[in-house]
Amino acid sequence: MAYSDKVIDHYEHPRNVGALDKDDGAVGTGLVGAPACGDVMKLQIKVSAEGIIEDAKFKTFGCGSAIASSSLVTEWVKGKTLDEAASIKNTDIAQELALPPVKIHCSVLAEDAIKAAIADYKKKSGKDEEAAE
Amino acid sequence: MTAIGAKPCPTLSRPKGAPVYLDYQATTPCDPRVVEAMLPWFTEKFGNPHSRNHLYGWEAEEAVEKAREQIAAIIGADAKEVIFTSGATESNNLALKGVAHFYKDKKNHIVTVVTEHKCVLDTCRYLEQEGFQVTYLPVQANGLIDLAELEAAITDQTAIVSVMAVNNEIGVIQPLAEIGALCRKKGAFFHTDCAQAVGKIPLDVNAMNIDLMSISGHKIYGPKGIGALFVRRRPRVRLVPLITGGGQERGMRSGTLPTPLCVGIGEACAIAQAEMASEAERLTGLRNRLLGGLRQRLPEIYVNGDLDNRIPGNLNISFAFVEGEGLMMGVKELAVSSGSACTSASLEPSYVLRALGVDVEMAHTSLRFGLGRFTSGEDIDFAIDHIVEAVEHLRAMSPLWDMHLDGVDIKSIQWAEH
Repeated sequence: MAYSDKVIDHYEHPRNVGALDKDDGAVGTGLVGAPACGDVMKLQIKVSAEGIIEDAKFKTFGCGSAIASSSLVTEWVKGKTLDEAASIKNTDIAQELALPPVKIHCSVLAEDAIKAAIADYKKKSGKDEEAAE
Repeated sequence: MTAIGAKPCPTLSRPKGAPVYLDYQATTPCDPRVVEAMLPWFTEKFGNPHSRNHLYGWEAEEAVEKAREQIAAIIGADAKEVIFTSGATESNNLALKGVAHFYKDKKNHIVTVVTEHKCVLDTCRYLEQEGFQVTYLPVQANGLIDLAELEAAITDQTAIVSVMAVNNEIGVIQPLAEIGALCRKKGAFFHTDCAQAVGKIPLDVNAMNIDLMSISGHKIYGPKGIGALFVRRRPRVRLVPLITGGGQERGMRSGTLPTPLCVGIGEACAIAQAEMASEAERLTGLRNRLLGGLRQRLPEIYVNGDLDNRIPGNLNISFAFVEGEGLMMGVKELAVSSGSACTSASLEPSYVLRALGVDVEMAHTSLRFGLGRFTSGEDIDFAIDHIVEAVEHLRAMSPLWDMHLDGVDIKSIQWAEH
């Protein structure tokens, strides 16, 4: 299978690999996927007092497309508000990386990872109750 | 007969920048000695081997009959028992469908194994749709069948038992002689797919009581598009042909024989027979070097399938916490295969590894290394360095590796399957 140049670039030079302190109240962690399915993504965001994502880190077990999808979204979410980050669609990711149809699930997983990280942050900071009101 | 010993094994140069080829179970390059033997039969000696009226036909017939003898010699058969086909897939189809159809009024049962090649399994599915009963035997954790289970599966309705000699993914060798003895005792024909076995391990159709054997050209440094099927004459095995026509190959496989391809597979067998013992020793050394080098530098790697009952040129390893396709991308300087889902259209990981009881998540992390005639010690050292580098790179970005280091059991986590 031939990979796009962007997938290869992210695979060879992944952006923002690493971890943030999951016990920090400003950090939201999303862990999605399953080892049995061949991909697991851990995406972490650090949110400022103003509600801006000021840092993002990832770790991914998966194929090149899964690694590239998670690397790309760490770049995209930085500097965004939570609402802006939550509006990132898997189709945007798939299009940017020119993923073939058989790899679309990698972009879906990356979108899920953002949503899971945001949900975790909101839960920890009690913001999900505000949103519910 | 050409004096094989007089021609040393040639080397094959790799184009600059091309990956090191470690996928010899997928296919092999034609040996230059094979190509040399084939060449005259394309041009000046182009005759139809079935033409009985002139020199062109006679010399072509002589060439294909010599090739038939070379094939027969490597499996201990008589040349009359060897028929040419287009490859092992056709041979497997012909053996199973041919026997099933011929004996269908008396017997309607087939026994095979879950780790067989897809062309055997799919043919069995096809026969099931026609009304035949098929038993798919499981394998043990080492990839070998349990002979007691085989014995229990064979009934007086069993027409044919089909068990591959060597598995294409994990290289394990089934106990052919014991299987053959069982089949003979119980009155069922024994067919074995030897695509991965011929030229790698000693085979003797009489000592092993083999009734039908499938052989491939391109797995033994011969050309693609040619194979053979051994069909025993005493006691006679009868087949309904798949391809009808001029009645060539004793009526079992009509069609003009492709003389250059027949010469190629014959020469490939002769070379393999002459060099099998020394080549097995050399490849065992290279495989041990590969496994030893990887084990020395990487923790948490596991060999899939029995290591002792295995052809020398195969190694199948799971690199825990690293996904196979991602790993293949990291070792693009190597041409290897993965048992991961992501390399197939189905998104299911290797059914062979699953049949051994390998966890799905470990099946996703496997690579198959196939070593062969043109693999050098330098290739192995190059491979070790690249694999170690890629695995370390990927483990550094694997959340599962972090969990492992933190002592978290990955099975204890409630994963959301997607």
